[in-house]
Amino acid sequence: MEVVESGIGELIQTPDINSFREWNRQNKPKALVDKVMTEQEAIARFVHDGDYIGTELYGTVRCPMSLARELVRQGKKGLRIAGQGVLELDLWLAAGLVEKLDITYIGLEVYGISPSLRRAVESGQVGTTVEWSNAAIAWRFKAAAMGVPFIPVRSMLGSDTFNYSAAKVVRCPFTGQKVCLLPALILDVGMIHVHRADRYGNAQIEGISGFAFELARASKRLIISAEEIIPTEEIRRYPDRTIIPYYLVDAVVEAPFGSHPGEMVYLYERDEELIKEWVEMSKESETTQEYLDRYIYGVKNHAEYLKLIGEERLAYLKEIVARR
Amino acid sequence: METSTYNPTELMICIASRLMEDGTTAFIGTGIPMLAASLAQKMHAPNLIPIFEFGGTGAILERLPLAVGEQRTFNKALAASGICDIMETAQRGFIEYGFLGGAQIDPYGNLNSTVIGDHDHPKVRLPGSGGANDVGSHCWRTIIIMRHDKRRFVPQVDFITTPGYLTGPGAREEAGLAPGTGPYRVVSNLALLGFHEESKRMTLLAVHPGVTVEQVVENTGFALIIPNHVGTNEAPTPEELRILREEVDKERLYI
Repeated sequence: MEVVESGIGELIQTPDINSFREWNRQNKPKALVDKVMTEQEAIARFVHDGDYIGTELYGTVRCPMSLARELVRQGKKGLRIAGQGVLELDLWLAAGLVEKLDITYIGLEVYGISPSLRRAVESGQVGTTVEWSNAAIAWRFKAAAMGVPFIPVRSMLGSDTFNYSAAKVVRCPFTGQKVCLLPALILDVGMIHVHRADRYGNAQIEGISGFAFELARASKRLIISAEEIIPTEEIRRYPDRTIIPYYLVDAVVEAPFGSHPGEMVYLYERDEELIKEWVEMSKESETTQEYLDRYIYGVKNHAEYLKLIGEERLAYLKEIVARR
Repeated sequence: METSTYNPTELMICIASRLMEDGTTAFIGTGIPMLAASLAQKMHAPNLIPIFEFGGTGAILERLPLAVGEQRTFNKALAASGICDIMETAQRGFIEYGFLGGAQIDPYGNLNSTVIGDHDHPKVRLPGSGGANDVGSHCWRTIIIMRHDKRRFVPQVDFITTPGYLTGPGAREEAGLAPGTGPYRVVSNLALLGFHEESKRMTLLAVHPGVTVEQVVENTGFALIIPNHVGTNEAPTPEELRILREEVDKERLYI
């Protein structure tokens, strides 16, 4: 295949499919073993300085926020990130943990541009930003999930998003048309928050599934946090609901309100007040630090975090959904 | 209630909303497109099928979504799938309209939402493409909604996040993008614009009430094509404004 154009962005994570296969053979337990552990243990055991990490879905929607906060608490450094996010990646950028970004979107959605991203990139603290479209990131996970080194797509063609990516344009060997090839993205660590899982990691999600299916299958190590741990009999009763089977999973963390201040569909609404607090406080470095001190460094774990938020407020977030 | 006056955001929402046909698919991003889609469903397009990038298809937009992945994007929807399904659906040609915003636009409808200044040493780092590049690549007709001033309507964007007609006629096809796709309309707070069939350059179609052609020209950083006949858009109606203020954005997050 003739390569006709190449993006100049760094290929931050190489799509080494053979090593991935070997990893999956050697390191992923095929037996049903109990993987329940705390956030502290999961992050300490499975995340290392310099790892390439991806989170799913979005910083305000079914996002592994209790894991994201624990990662900040443990101060894992030099991280390379699949940059598709809101609050979770904002926290990591604000805490100075990120070195390189494959970026599609980091922002505060309805509240606009992320000041943390601006400070990190404009100051040069994050030295490498490689551009991708949202579909491109998801399809890169899909390629890894398929076990192939790249996937042909028709996004990014003709744009600077392509020019500053690590993708390539080739002529299709069947039709002669130009197509964009995306390298598979194999994560060192993936993190997904789900509605429920059993002790082995069989996991169910309600509502839209974002890119959970693909990211779970593209991760060398996968940490699942779940609103509740359910018996395996429940999983076996409705096996069609298992979107992430146990053998993909390395850790299962029970995290009620694990997406807070984000939402969890059918369970609780997002905490608009606390989201706005971050939007305001993240505008300046000093107040950003105050937020991190109050909500992350100042509490030992997720249980203490929930205590700080307060039962009443959490109950209210559930009530809003129940009333619908 | 005051309905005789309206702000620029309300005006853009109403004009964009009228472009949303009943019984069509429309890819909806954060912000004004969400409000416009909700208003359209409540006005003339009850069977408008909004599509959200993380998996929501055919939601009834009773309440304003605050994020493209949140539960309101699949409220009473027809399907709740995932991002690959949605983007592949667009890539297969199922999505008629795509609604986008941006920080900068050029005469060919190329959009920037990535950086102001140099990519590696940016003056302002913006959020990035998100789904914008995909929407602009795959939807049949892209509709862009933007504030109108010289900082935004520029001769050349700092970064082409999302392809418009690139360098002109034939450039999209030459790049490998699907034939028959591209920018269709631009809704600004001053006017409704389109793209010239042959040159693919931005063309003034109609000004908003009380706006002159000269004002549009003054606020555009490049030469617009001005046809002999320039229409005037109908102002937001009292009914549109009432629904927008009392139902669509009660919390006044946008308007």
